[in-house]
Amino acid sequence: MTTAVEAPPRPAAAPELPSFQIVPIKGLPIVALVLVGIVVAIARDARWGLVFCHVVGGGLWTAIDLFVGFVVGPIIGRMSIPARIEFSARFMPKMLLLMPTIVTMTLAAGFQLARQDGFLDTSSPRHAWVVASFCVVGVMAVIALAYLEPANVAVLFELKKPQPDGRVIEKLMKRFVYTAGITGVMQVATLIIMTRLVS
Amino acid sequence: MSVPGASLVDRRLPPVTEVGAASMVAVAVGVIYNAAYLPKHAQTAVAIVILVVAALLQLANVVLMSRIREFAWARFKQVAGWSLLAYAVIAGMIEFAFVYDHTRGTQLVILTLMLALFMLNVPVLIAFTVARYERA
Repeated sequence: MTTAVEAPPRPAAAPELPSFQIVPIKGLPIVALVLVGIVVAIARDARWGLVFCHVVGGGLWTAIDLFVGFVVGPIIGRMSIPARIEFSARFMPKMLLLMPTIVTMTLAAGFQLARQDGFLDTSSPRHAWVVASFCVVGVMAVIALAYLEPANVAVLFELKKPQPDGRVIEKLMKRFVYTAGITGVMQVATLIIMTRLVS
Repeated sequence: MSVPGASLVDRRLPPVTEVGAASMVAVAVGVIYNAAYLPKHAQTAVAIVILVVAALLQLANVVLMSRIREFAWARFKQVAGWSLLAYAVIAGMIEFAFVYDHTRGTQLVILTLMLALFMLNVPVLIAFTVARYERA
């Protein structure tokens, strides 16, 4: 008969950072496939393909922005620094591939659909809504490309360091959360414009 | 001069992100202005003024960055290079859409130049944000 000896409780070790790639290489073929699909849909003027890219891409873009801006963002903001670091290491690389692909897919297809439907023509009664959507996308592009994406990439580089600086991560994550919130609000405007366009 | 061991959060650097964002606003305004008139042509003079403003802001960023001492240029170049590749693909797709939609002449030139500014600006902003938190 063996006697089980319980090990004495050990002090909680510092959380180990999961290993991660800044750009998930495995996702690149999927990105390439999506981009080729959009080019083919545009080149062939394939109505279904364009609608698919625009509706699926737009739905994902809006939902992710709203979810990250209003649900995930505030949760991250209340997490402890180690928890925030672990979450970021798993979450940010995926966002780095996902968002630019979805945005490109939605905008490229949407522009072609607007052209096919005549909404780009200044004489179209719905032209003003299309221009309004350009403006909303313009604001989101500036926020996302000038502030949100650089913060996303910088956090990943910081996390790759042997000793990540908690203050740098906190500052960059704060920027990420705020900008995600602003783009979330802009997505509400997108929903109003898009539903007005097709009604 | 940076103090070894001190957090890089407190480091004071020129407003490269803000100037780059202003340039991107100019590019966005220019593209929206042109696209709002499609398939007709927007006023060329207005479009050129917007283009020049965007280009000057980017030039200002180059000057601002060239004056920074002790900067992680190796990291900057690494991140800027890969970002440039990614944004060249995106810009290429947008250019394809312009050409496919029969955009021609002066309007195509202006839109292409704006696209080029966009393609160059984003990698600078990403690379600067990463490199500012790296030790030289």
